[in-house]
Amino acid sequence: MSDIKIRAKLKDGETEVKCLMSHPMETGLRKDSKTGELVPAHFIQEVVCKSKDQVVMTANWSGGVSKNPYLAFKFSGGAAGDPIEITWTDNMGETQSATGEIS
Amino acid sequence: MIDAKRRILLKGSLAAGTVGVAVGAGLLSPRMVLASWNEAAFHAKDLPAALSSLMGSDATETNDAIKIKAPDIAENGAVVPVTVETDMEGVKSIAIVADQNQTPLIASFDLGESALPFVSTRIKMAKTSNVVAVVQTADKLYSNAKEVKVTIGGCGG
Repeated sequence: MSDIKIRAKLKDGETEVKCLMSHPMETGLRKDSKTGELVPAHFIQEVVCKSKDQVVMTANWSGGVSKNPYLAFKFSGGAAGDPIEITWTDNMGETQSATGEIS
Repeated sequence: MIDAKRRILLKGSLAAGTVGVAVGAGLLSPRMVLASWNEAAFHAKDLPAALSSLMGSDATETNDAIKIKAPDIAENGAVVPVTVETDMEGVKSIAIVADQNQTPLIASFDLGESALPFVSTRIKMAKTSNVVAVVQTADKLYSNAKEVKVTIGGCGG
């Protein structure tokens, strides 16, 4: 069970990958409205995007990326049916990975 | 009774720890496993400092070839869609910055060989400010900015 949604489309030799991750993305600066205490930082730090085991892009993030992050990028040289693998790691050391397919 | 006191003590020391150590930087460090994540850059309080630690220099040249797509007015600062695209050659990385946020550097994208200079994501903005995109090529930094008016800030507080 994975919470990463991946959609990859090939058009004119360019593959556009769109993905949605499920994550609270807490900056560590926000206060809990009930207790008034700071909510500890909890955000994705690194997203690695691979196609056929080749790293296409690595994203480094702070807590400034919105909750349930959306990410889109493009690369050349993909082919229909190629696997796209997205892996994120957050500041708590949690990690999640999912694989999609270029259509 | 003793137990209750212990709870309070624990709670107190935890809270002090969080505030004391520059918002968790020290607290979280044992769990930081990512070597490539540039802590100094992401904790920097202004744009030049962030760029210096991220890309080794803060000397950027404004270039209109960098296209930033973001709303003119964002009703909700918690979710501001931003797309950065350029037709420049040899782009190594792209960074997205909201210059009035407490920690301005939001994201940096290292592009692999096959990646095209295009990234799109959604960011949080504390208040009306410029969204700055910085593009790193083999030898230079280029940037462009677009102002986004924010009606409700998205960083909470």
